[in-house]
Amino acid sequence: MKIKVSGEGLYRKEFEHDACGIGFVASLKGIKSHRIVQDAIKMLIRMDHRGACGCDPNSGDGAGVIVQIPHEFFLEESRKLKFSLPSLGNYGVGMAFFPKNEVLINECKEVIDRKAKKLGLSILGYRLVPVNNTEILGADSGDSEPDIYQIFIEKPVSCKTEIEFERKLYVFRQYVSNLLNETIRGLENKFYFASMSCRTIIYKGMLTTMQVPGYFIDLFQDNFTSALAIVHSRFSTNTFPEWKLAQPFRFIAHNGEINTVKGNSSWMQAQSALFSSQYFSQEELDMILPICSLGQSDSAILDNAIEMLYLSGRSLPHVMMMLIPEAWDGNESMESYKKDFYEYHAAMMEPWDGPASISFTDGKLIGATLDRNGLRPSRFWVTNDDHVIMASEAGVLDLDPATIVSKGRLQPGKMFVVDMEQGRIVPDEELKEVICQQQPYGQWLRENKIRVEDLPEAGSEYRQPKSNEVISRQQIFGFTTEDIRIVLAQMAETGKEALGSMGIDTPLAVLSDKAQHISSYFKQLFAQVTNPPIDPIRERMVMSLLTDIGGLSNLLEESPSHCKQIEIQQPVLRNKEVEKIRWIDHEKFQTKSIHMTFRASDESGVLKKALDRICNYAEDAVDDGYSIILLTDRGIDSSHAPIPSLLALGAVHNHLIRVKKRAKVGIILEAGDVWETHHFATLIGYGASAINPYMAFETIKLMKENKLVDPNLSYEKLEYNYIKAVNGELLKIFSKMGISTLQSYQGAQIFEILGLDHSVVNMYFTGSISRIEGVDLDTLAKEALIKHGSGYEVLKSINPKLEVGGIYQWKQRGEEHLFNPQTIHLLQQATKLNDYSVFKKYSKLIDDQANKAITLRGLLKFKSAKSIPIDEVEPIEGILTRFATGAMSFGSISYEAHTTLAIAMNRIGGKSNTGEGGEDPIRFQKMANGDSMNSSIKQVASGRFGVTMNYLTNATELQIKMAQGAKPGEGGQLPGHKVDDWIGKTRYSTPGVGLISPPPHHDIYSIEDLAQLIFDLKNANREARISVKLVSEAGVGTIAAGVVKAHADHILIAGYDGGTGASPLSSIRHAGLPWELGLAETHQTLVKNKLRGRVTIQTDGQIKTGRDIAIAALLGAEEFGVATAALVTAGCIMMRKCHLNTCPVGVATQNPDLRALYTGNPDHVVHLFYFLAEELREIMAELGFRKINDMVGRVDLLEMRDVSSHWKYKNLDLSPILSYGNQDSSVPVFKSEEQDHGMADQLDWKLLDLAKDSLLNQKETYAELPIINVNRTVGTIISNEITKKYGERGLKADLIHFKFSGTAGQSFGAFSVKGLKLEIEGDSNDYIGKGMCGSTIIAYPFRNSTFVASENSIVGNVSFYGATSGEAYLAGMAGERFCVRNSGAKIVVEGIGDHGCEYMTGGIVIILGKTGRNFGAGMSGGVAYVLDEKNDFESKVNREMVEMTDLSQEDKVIIKMFLQKHIDFTHSVKGKSVLDNFDSVSNQFKKVMPTDYRNALTVRNLSITDVMNDKNKVYTDIQIELKK
Amino acid sequence: MGKPTGFLEVDRIVAKKRPISDRINDYLEIELIPTPSETIEQASRCMDCGTPFCHSGCPLGNIIPEFNDAVYEENWKYAYEILVSTNNFPEFTGRICPAPCESSCVLGINKPAVAIELIEKSIIEKAFSEGWVQPQAPTKRTGKNVAIVGSGPAGLAAASQLNKAGHSVTVYERADQIGGLLRYGIPDFKLDKNIVKRRVDLMVKEGIKFETNVQIGSEIKLSKLQSDFDAILIATGSTTPRIIQSKGNDAKGIYPAMEFLSQQNKRVSNIALIHNHKGEPYLDSDILAAGKNVVIIGGGDTGSDCVGTSNRHKAKSITQIEVMPKPSSERPEHTPWPNWPNMLRTSTSHDEGVDRLWSISLEEFIKDENGQLTGLCIGDIVYEFQDGKMVNKVINHREIPCELALIAAGFLHTDHGNLITEINSLGILLDEYGNIKTDATYQTSQDKIFVAGDARRGQSLVVWGISEGREAARNMDSFLMGHTILEGKTVSTFDLVK
Repeated sequence: MKIKVSGEGLYRKEFEHDACGIGFVASLKGIKSHRIVQDAIKMLIRMDHRGACGCDPNSGDGAGVIVQIPHEFFLEESRKLKFSLPSLGNYGVGMAFFPKNEVLINECKEVIDRKAKKLGLSILGYRLVPVNNTEILGADSGDSEPDIYQIFIEKPVSCKTEIEFERKLYVFRQYVSNLLNETIRGLENKFYFASMSCRTIIYKGMLTTMQVPGYFIDLFQDNFTSALAIVHSRFSTNTFPEWKLAQPFRFIAHNGEINTVKGNSSWMQAQSALFSSQYFSQEELDMILPICSLGQSDSAILDNAIEMLYLSGRSLPHVMMMLIPEAWDGNESMESYKKDFYEYHAAMMEPWDGPASISFTDGKLIGATLDRNGLRPSRFWVTNDDHVIMASEAGVLDLDPATIVSKGRLQPGKMFVVDMEQGRIVPDEELKEVICQQQPYGQWLRENKIRVEDLPEAGSEYRQPKSNEVISRQQIFGFTTEDIRIVLAQMAETGKEALGSMGIDTPLAVLSDKAQHISSYFKQLFAQVTNPPIDPIRERMVMSLLTDIGGLSNLLEESPSHCKQIEIQQPVLRNKEVEKIRWIDHEKFQTKSIHMTFRASDESGVLKKALDRICNYAEDAVDDGYSIILLTDRGIDSSHAPIPSLLALGAVHNHLIRVKKRAKVGIILEAGDVWETHHFATLIGYGASAINPYMAFETIKLMKENKLVDPNLSYEKLEYNYIKAVNGELLKIFSKMGISTLQSYQGAQIFEILGLDHSVVNMYFTGSISRIEGVDLDTLAKEALIKHGSGYEVLKSINPKLEVGGIYQWKQRGEEHLFNPQTIHLLQQATKLNDYSVFKKYSKLIDDQANKAITLRGLLKFKSAKSIPIDEVEPIEGILTRFATGAMSFGSISYEAHTTLAIAMNRIGGKSNTGEGGEDPIRFQKMANGDSMNSSIKQVASGRFGVTMNYLTNATELQIKMAQGAKPGEGGQLPGHKVDDWIGKTRYSTPGVGLISPPPHHDIYSIEDLAQLIFDLKNANREARISVKLVSEAGVGTIAAGVVKAHADHILIAGYDGGTGASPLSSIRHAGLPWELGLAETHQTLVKNKLRGRVTIQTDGQIKTGRDIAIAALLGAEEFGVATAALVTAGCIMMRKCHLNTCPVGVATQNPDLRALYTGNPDHVVHLFYFLAEELREIMAELGFRKINDMVGRVDLLEMRDVSSHWKYKNLDLSPILSYGNQDSSVPVFKSEEQDHGMADQLDWKLLDLAKDSLLNQKETYAELPIINVNRTVGTIISNEITKKYGERGLKADLIHFKFSGTAGQSFGAFSVKGLKLEIEGDSNDYIGKGMCGSTIIAYPFRNSTFVASENSIVGNVSFYGATSGEAYLAGMAGERFCVRNSGAKIVVEGIGDHGCEYMTGGIVIILGKTGRNFGAGMSGGVAYVLDEKNDFESKVNREMVEMTDLSQEDKVIIKMFLQKHIDFTHSVKGKSVLDNFDSVSNQFKKVMPTDYRNALTVRNLSITDVMNDKNKVYTDIQIELKK
Repeated sequence: MGKPTGFLEVDRIVAKKRPISDRINDYLEIELIPTPSETIEQASRCMDCGTPFCHSGCPLGNIIPEFNDAVYEENWKYAYEILVSTNNFPEFTGRICPAPCESSCVLGINKPAVAIELIEKSIIEKAFSEGWVQPQAPTKRTGKNVAIVGSGPAGLAAASQLNKAGHSVTVYERADQIGGLLRYGIPDFKLDKNIVKRRVDLMVKEGIKFETNVQIGSEIKLSKLQSDFDAILIATGSTTPRIIQSKGNDAKGIYPAMEFLSQQNKRVSNIALIHNHKGEPYLDSDILAAGKNVVIIGGGDTGSDCVGTSNRHKAKSITQIEVMPKPSSERPEHTPWPNWPNMLRTSTSHDEGVDRLWSISLEEFIKDENGQLTGLCIGDIVYEFQDGKMVNKVINHREIPCELALIAAGFLHTDHGNLITEINSLGILLDEYGNIKTDATYQTSQDKIFVAGDARRGQSLVVWGISEGREAARNMDSFLMGHTILEGKTVSTFDLVK
């Protein structure tokens, strides 16, 4: 039976994300005081900008604090309530949230009392926590406010120790909360224990940080004391009232996101079947389980896991190391005991992967740790009165500088713990040394772990079949000539995946008439906004493909046999290796082979029967003690077809989970239908440990025989390359989601299923996201059978041949394409001749194609409505302003094509987009004929190429590109041969030197960071609207809600199918979703959250006709992007070779000869948009809409075509897309109010006032001002004003000099221009000097500080990101990712963290102290001089692109000059000592310079000094042909 | 793609030709077979387009970028396999196809197109010389018999496909040799008849039976075929020539081009001139152009063939007249890329010498008292606006000498002889142009009877004939077997609904 969940829409609770500010205050000596609580609250308030509020400013996303039990306070309170408390430690307090309902509360209390008795606990009393809720009354948070009671429980005599009591309380808490929520009607899962412990207590709620102190009256009582306090301020994507999601949780406060939580919690559930512990009886374990309950956030689930592992006997730091290990695999410099520890624990548990800054406490010790990537800021201070303060930001407490002993930051993978019993900070090294050596982990590994290389050779391998047999089997498994020619040949020859261009316009798998590969129904998810993707190439050091095969053991204990597993270095098994494992004969290991085949019959149910059979076999195998299951489809024959391997795996994996036996075995596959990386990714994502793609190997062998690959490569080399390609691309797929390790990805189901029926999903892909139904098992069987059948037909044929494919290249017998020879031609003719009737022929073909269903919108139709005459519809001119072209950079397309689009869009009042390559300022002026080549939309992407204040100032829209449709979650690369002088100049880089755009924006690791960048850009150009470009995927709606709360004015939801430029083929096809889903989800979620009115929604992705636009409007968009069709109009003929620079029509090339062939014309593009608008107006008239705004979100006028008789997609259900919900007419459904950007309080207004004379008369200004961390983005508005008046040149250097004292907030001096000199005495937070373009920035500690400046933090992370020019002098250390993408600034600093100078393309960096790991990764330009006092710098350099040399005479002159300035500006002690002893220390300096950059300068005969003095010397060969 | 920048580095060349002074003395092929290195260079110009318009422009759906790439990689065998996966007779199309693929080649937008035809010919000739082209009889026979009427490109392609599917195929041809238009329409200097024979011999070895000199509809009734065979394909071409209605058209010395051309083909092969290409007796003796003023009426390919043959006959003068205006020498705006451009084409025969006249109205055939043609009265057609309407006027009337007039004004439809009478009697209808009507599966209203090629679609190209034959064969196989293993032009074996 089919269960329809109509009206629900596309939103899912599991899509929620949050991010935060966290911090703690603790007494080193464990001395309790009320001051600590007060300071913690103060800190919370100072991090208000890191939290968020919903549509209603009085509803916070959540905030709270965890403290030690305030015994003194409770003692007095209990007296008032007439019950007495035993001494501290002898009672526990539960902090319980009840729904506000007297009856329910009493019912609950009755159960609690009864169950307490059952467990031998006695309840001493209840206390209603007094709150002042006046501020939140009427707000959403107020509507869902609980009654909070404290439940006091006496320690029973049976508990000898505090920890025993903690365990008892844990059992009680789990038991009672599960029981209450399950049994009491009307409770609706609202009952919740925020904490229950004899050591700690949590006060939290759905509050803004500002509301916390006022709300909880207790916190203000001066007898409310604690020696530690952790605070947390939450920024969530949603505002649906959820008090329990506020943090801290019982042991942690987490800033970040666990990307793999789905996998982690399902492994935890699988492993819990094996739980046993000396600390819990079986009966107690039953009460505890499940550990991770549903409906929680990732952080809450992480807390659950930590709690279980902690209470079953491990220390809290030990648990943290298990769950969030350092990057150890392949780390040559790590101590072996530490590596052993991590390797041992890896056999037991996969990392909980994702950005994480975690503060943790068990009430006795308090500590903090950072994940391996270090993507969350964590700064700390130690004062001379023995207090430690840790926070996401500097300056959150006003500390007397003279009292600060040290300032530091938490480094990636590191931990520190305040041991209050010992009264000191235990540093990372010491702490881990002890933990890692508590057991002889190394010995255990050596004695138990098996490496696949060490297994004995198996008897024999399968022979390579004859060529026609291979072809027959290729056909059976679905290979096409394209898979061979394009996919496999490239992988085997180059070790990399092939690239493609121009998106995808073929049908979704579920809509295709051709038998599909099952993996094509799975779309990869990716990170955007809420956590960053990783660069798997430049930051390879954090990535790992290592995995273990075999069953798991009891997680709650450790023993030598826990690591009895087979280790493999990477998941692609060669034929030899799979044979070894198949025949493994070992006391602990035996392999059971199970055939994944089904009877080749078109009878309904055959596939189901086969799946049932293999599930039963698998279960039996576990019962029989096999620890490895090998699923193989080697056994196919003419009457047995292969079960799609992913389906077979999903069936076994989920069946074993259901019967609680999954943890006992490892599953590997020997599968013929695996060749593309995406196939591997889906298998690993659903729990496979390793895969033998034997048909891929056979195919490569046959290709070698038939000379279809480079004949110079041996088969071994081809195989090696293929595996390397799979590995590399797997890392890319993991990193897209921000996941670093294969182990974490395994079973994590990071996909949205598009087009499988719920009967398939629920059974075989349990828990995966799937929202529109689709094909059932019988249809999947049919798809397998058609291939199977044709494979055996092929054998009968005289010349067996493979099918042609037609996905990557249009083919007559291949997949349908929306853009095909016919439609391309008609569109070009129509726009060239300005002939609407030809356009109608074109649009009819596109729309009719859609009727065959290539796109989801093809399945929709308009309902009949009362039509109006077309002249009542709003005029065409108004509609034209809603159009935009796509973001294509000057660099990816030619100057001619780029300006054609700009001129056309400016003519019609629409918007063109710079793309991420900057824009030549020459285009900002109007042309003689009145046209303008200025792109209205200036994009700000991760590479920040050419993003200067002048660029930002000349925009009407600033678009932050979070992801791009063709390759969401990935970075990009512009190869050196495309960077000519002109592009080099526009991008502030060096001609001929390749450029890398990192996968993430390094100033956006979370939603609050995005809010910060939006704020920065708004400061940079107050008139421009700020847009955020997202790509459609499951959960994009909730992300969009977060983005609106981060104050974006405009959101673009891009479809997965659009896109130009180069992308890996698998990304183009398999990542992201059609815009129909993303747009509808976004609109629904924003309306539901009452946020829709604050933002304009645009969508794009293969929009080609008026009908497409009409559907987009009805689904919720009010603006529309058209990129590919506009390019086709300008001459593009869908070569799909943009990445080769050989575009024969001069569109996507920089080759001057080819550019000369360009024939595009703005008139033609204008015609296209007129046609689109006119066609839209016709539909509007038909539907009776006068205005577009009336049309937005009116899904009630759409319905799904009747497809009930279609053999394949008859079960598709688009009703979630068409969910209209309960429309409250008072809730705006289109952009109707402006965001409050909070600009009024900016410090810059004061600066502007002070510098009036400078701006008007170019006179000097000097002023001194205090600054605190809430003063964010200082210096940006004034820079914008300078630029408006003085343009690119700015003012005379250092004309305006401000000296600040205090702690500067984030983005100090962002985009600050020439003429400004910004000086700080004190310190600064993250992103100082972001996008700096010409200013001078100086920072040094307070003059009365006592610590050594050069060994303490002066600025935060990601300093000078994307700086293009200017100078900076920092007396102290900077954090991670210093000078990322610097392209011209010159900076002196005294020490930095990991990933320094990453992707840098120009400028000079002088570092007078230590650096972190991975220095110079992806650095393609500029120079760094590093003082290597400890002589250990070499090991920290990523040598892929740079070379390290000693100083030349020129270098010495440069360094000395900057050192002198550094000393003059900052009085640096370190600087002085270096300069004073320069002759003796100069040999300790190492010079780092990219090889390509050095070559480029040599070719141009330029010295570093030449470039330093005038960068324009580099760009000699620019022919700017301005169109007349 | 072999070489991304090939098109920027290499210029287009087409097949080299023998010098005019040489070639007009014989009937050997004019074009030389390209060398492998030339071909590889030319293949490097292919851009392997994401949207290969050539592949779309080719009536057969030849997968051109893939074989170009294979040639560039010098993987000739693979190139051959790709080529023959869509085309049974590349040796024919590689010689005489007007190559619509080339006019839709993307490179043609702003540069000379890739020399696809040259590459095609080169691949197949390489395959023959390497011995890769071997008779491949099916391993299993289906037990079904199929009759094919007509052995032109459509009939042969269908025969080859149906035989491949295991059916027993008998091809009936009314002429004395197999090949239809290929055999008796196209002069030897464009398509050497040994090339046709080479293919037919292969097909014989593959088990196809050929019956020549058989008129279906008279000598053997269609009804007989219906009872003897499981399916029948009519592929009789479009052989009824258009008649010029001008005054004096009964003069002696006026011949349909086909009579003239087929006679020459027979002479080259030393076949006595008894029966013409339709298997009918020649009405006149030798039609020779030697020493005559020859006028060819019609500016198309057939006309051009007549020019070439007349030159070889050593005609006194050769004039070709065409009623349409002279096309421009560049691609005109009304047939933009990727369409087939209506532009001036100069064939190898034209190069050998001819007067070409355009916008000519043939007013009268002038004959002497014996009824023998002596000249033509022609005039120039001019277009004028009258009352806002375009009208044409003939001016400048004049007489040109002419003793031999060859009518190459196109073909109307298939031969409306006995066969059509019989077909009509079965209730199968003709379309408005006189072609035989079928449904989309090439099937007539009589289940067993299928039609392909010019008999169905009207006069067309060889490449279309092959395409029709293949598609019809696929439908026939389906009809006979319930399913088919033959490739379809637009159908994938992975299609779930075929």
